[in-house]
Amino acid sequence: MKTLAKYAIPAAILCILPFLIDAAFGKTWVRIVDFALLYVMLALGLNIVVGFAGLLDLGYVAFFAVGAYLYALLASPHFGLHLPFWLVLPLGAFAAGLFGILLGAPTLRLRGDYLAIVTLGFGEIIRIFLNNLNAPYNITGGPQGIDLIDPVRLGPWSFGHSVYAYYFLFLFFVLFTAFVSTRLQHSRIGRAWIAIREDEIAAEAMGIDTRNVKLLAFAMGASFGGLSGGLFAGFEGFVSPESFNLMESVMILCMVVLGGMGHIRGVIFGAILLSVLPEALRYVGPLQQSVFGRIYIDPSSLRMLLFGLALILVMLMRPAGLWPSPTRKRELSAKGETARHENTNVYDAGR
Amino acid sequence: MPDARLLEIENVSKHFGGILALTDVSLSIEKGEIYALIGPNGAGKTTLFNVITGIYKPDSGSFRMEGIDLSGKKPSMMAKSGIARTFQNIRLFSNMTALENVMTGRHCRSKSGIIGAIFRNGNNRTEEIETEEKAMHLLDYVGIRKHADMLAKNLSYGDQRRLEIARALATEPKLLALDEPAAGMNHSETDSLKGLLERIRSDGITILLIEHDMKLVMNLCDRLAVLDFGKKIAEGKPGDVSSNPLVIEAYLGGS
Amino acid sequence: MEIFLQQLVNGIVLGSIYSLVALGYTLVYGIMGLINFAHGDVVMIGAMVTLTVIRLLSGSGLPGPLVVLCGLGAAIPFCMMTGYLMERIAYRPLRNAPRLAPLITAIGVSILLQNVAMLIWGREYLSFPQLLPAHAFPFLGASISFIQILIVAGSGIMMACLSILIRKTRLGNAMRAASQNAEVATLMGVEVNSVISITFMLGSALAAVAGMMVSAYYGIAHYDMGFLLGLKAFTAAVLGGIGNMEGAMLGGLLLGIIESMGAGYLGTLTNGAMGSNYQDVFAFFVLILVLIFRPSGLLGERVGERP
Ligand SMILES: Nc1ncnc2c1ncn2[C@@H]1O[C@H](COP(=O)(O)OP(=O)(O)O)[C@@H](O)[C@H]1O
Ligand SMILES: [Mg+2]
Repeated sequence: MKTLAKYAIPAAILCILPFLIDAAFGKTWVRIVDFALLYVMLALGLNIVVGFAGLLDLGYVAFFAVGAYLYALLASPHFGLHLPFWLVLPLGAFAAGLFGILLGAPTLRLRGDYLAIVTLGFGEIIRIFLNNLNAPYNITGGPQGIDLIDPVRLGPWSFGHSVYAYYFLFLFFVLFTAFVSTRLQHSRIGRAWIAIREDEIAAEAMGIDTRNVKLLAFAMGASFGGLSGGLFAGFEGFVSPESFNLMESVMILCMVVLGGMGHIRGVIFGAILLSVLPEALRYVGPLQQSVFGRIYIDPSSLRMLLFGLALILVMLMRPAGLWPSPTRKRELSAKGETARHENTNVYDAGR
Repeated sequence: MPDARLLEIENVSKHFGGILALTDVSLSIEKGEIYALIGPNGAGKTTLFNVITGIYKPDSGSFRMEGIDLSGKKPSMMAKSGIARTFQNIRLFSNMTALENVMTGRHCRSKSGIIGAIFRNGNNRTEEIETEEKAMHLLDYVGIRKHADMLAKNLSYGDQRRLEIARALATEPKLLALDEPAAGMNHSETDSLKGLLERIRSDGITILLIEHDMKLVMNLCDRLAVLDFGKKIAEGKPGDVSSNPLVIEAYLGGS
Repeated sequence: MEIFLQQLVNGIVLGSIYSLVALGYTLVYGIMGLINFAHGDVVMIGAMVTLTVIRLLSGSGLPGPLVVLCGLGAAIPFCMMTGYLMERIAYRPLRNAPRLAPLITAIGVSILLQNVAMLIWGREYLSFPQLLPAHAFPFLGASISFIQILIVAGSGIMMACLSILIRKTRLGNAMRAASQNAEVATLMGVEVNSVISITFMLGSALAAVAGMMVSAYYGIAHYDMGFLLGLKAFTAAVLGGIGNMEGAMLGGLLLGIIESMGAGYLGTLTNGAMGSNYQDVFAFFVLILVLIFRPSGLLGERVGERP
């Protein structure tokens, strides 16, 4: 009875949610929620790399791009290929995973911040190539991108542009990625990732082949990115390099850190919050209009300004994220003692 | 006659810039003994540990574990070959629980991969249960079972040292290398540590021990070597070494 | 040969600017281990303030170079103030926080600065009036403009001053001590907090100068001009070995030269398949290669991690 309540009630809420949102705020908001779900997938993928394995990746959006472009190339009039979505999607995840290994293999020896900048460079390289590979042969469509991508189709039934259909599709994949993340976290591999994050040298001394295990983290994280990329392409019907810039990577990283690195629920929460917040802040324009009778401040910059401010304030007040894992929280309450502990560890790191 | 030698270190040298941390050090450790490594601070003891656990590559020289040359291999290989260690400055996985720390130690003796983790098929589940049971057993063995669910960093200092030993034991080592396990412990803690080490030895694990507490060393070890400025200056039974003039000189004249 | 020389000149000019900005990243990183993501935006603020003052004074009949100097005179303190506040408000409280927390606030500060700039100066490109002499001097077949000379000389002087400051003064000693080991420095009586504040202000002053130079060189300024510039400069700092001053200078120059050579020759090399639109790829490509073969950067010291 208890378990029924535990699962049935949230399930019911999730099922009627898009209709409630439509009724209350309109279809645009269902679309926003769809995007939020995509971001949840991305954040969960990045969480494997950053949150579990502690590898700072600032070019994560590149994997999203790989999945999206692969879908676009294989299921659109661009090359006249129209492969089915159930084939293209795993292919995209797989290709992105390969790219993850490709990026990881030469860079894993690098220290934290160096890794960050290399991954960032990698992300930019991918974007620049996407932007320019329209000459001499038109592969990616250049800055215009690729249009008229086939919508997702299950058997005879096309998802078309129905925000509801995609909602349920994305929800399914979100549950899938959350499930996989949870399983991984509490497994031999997950423990190895976390051990590397905590102390790489000790992890090696315990027989963990850090190189392989890190590559695995990169590949897993990347394939989540590729998966959501494919879904994005089918949903939008259009891809262009602009959707895959550095700011996007930064945004996903913010979701992970702000939510609570390494804590799956926290990360999901962070992703939803940060993808909905900027949209909600769009109302500052109309709000000014109705309160002051005219618009004083350019709403789009005010919106991002508030967003930046929110990032700063949240981090200042909750450095471990809004919803850190329960064990971390316990540690925060015992602050004095543990802080001393961590500091001594920092000194000793040299020896 | 079966070969009694477990670890043979031959002419290992290692320098850092101008510092000769190890010069032509050779040791041979036999199965089942407790072998201590002593010497003033900066003598190169930890450096030797780092060499035999693969963290540093020796500039020259080699070492063999049960006859197999391991010099220059990756640290993870050393663990697989049966060398486990603790660190002079405790290096636990701070934000993992005590139990998880020990379970992580079993990494190289288990093999589930991604697929197993996701689908939790039969083999994987059995392995996971076994990992947890063995880890629990080890926590019990070192005497901190009641703290299984505490974060490693919230354990008391003595318990952290014990946890490090449990984690090292989880790799099923043939040689357990302990870097100053009694540092910072009080009398009674040291006593119970001594009991623990004797028990580990009686369970068939060879121990290589760096320690400054002379009383502990002299009571516990079968043989010991003295390092000074990176050179081995003496080796032998506790009684012989402590009367060696070179050793007395190193301790009085050194630091 | 002429192309080569011309691209070399252009590369050195671009590289000097990168070096100035890279120094800001490296100083802060050296002392705090923090990637100050918002540093590029301080450059933008420098450019914007300079332009604002220039526009105010442009009708006053003062000679052009003097007007530019006035602009710079306003931009430097303004940026120093920005840098100071940034550190006090957004980074200092997080000094003992988890490693990624200050990175996120840094990103927040960057977003904040850009959007404040957009509110104040608008979305349009602002143009830099023609105040500095525009002659170009022929040089072995290449041509060097007055502004280019100014940029190279100016940044050379700035860097020399900084070097002297760090090597020869008490403040410099304190900075070096704090970046070696903040705890020990504190014990030795170094006011680590003020040293960090000063470091931020120094970096920001260099950024202000760089901002003026960039907008004068390209003739425009824009609220998001700091982003890519900052990224490149950070790349340069890492290339040279982050935390190392000479490394930042070298990395900046190298990156500038590589980029402009790449832009000049890539088309011919690939038979037109790739053109100067791939210019930005170079920076990152070189960076990745360097880090793979020399993980601590060109001049970074290579200390094995002590377990
Ligand atoms: N990674 C390193 N870089 C430079 N010097 C080192 C490094 N590791 C150890 N040393 C030096 O090697 C010498 C031996 O150190 P160590 O092995 O830690 O001594 P012990 O453990 O016997 O006290 C010391 O002088 C120490 O400073
Ligand atoms: Mg030692």
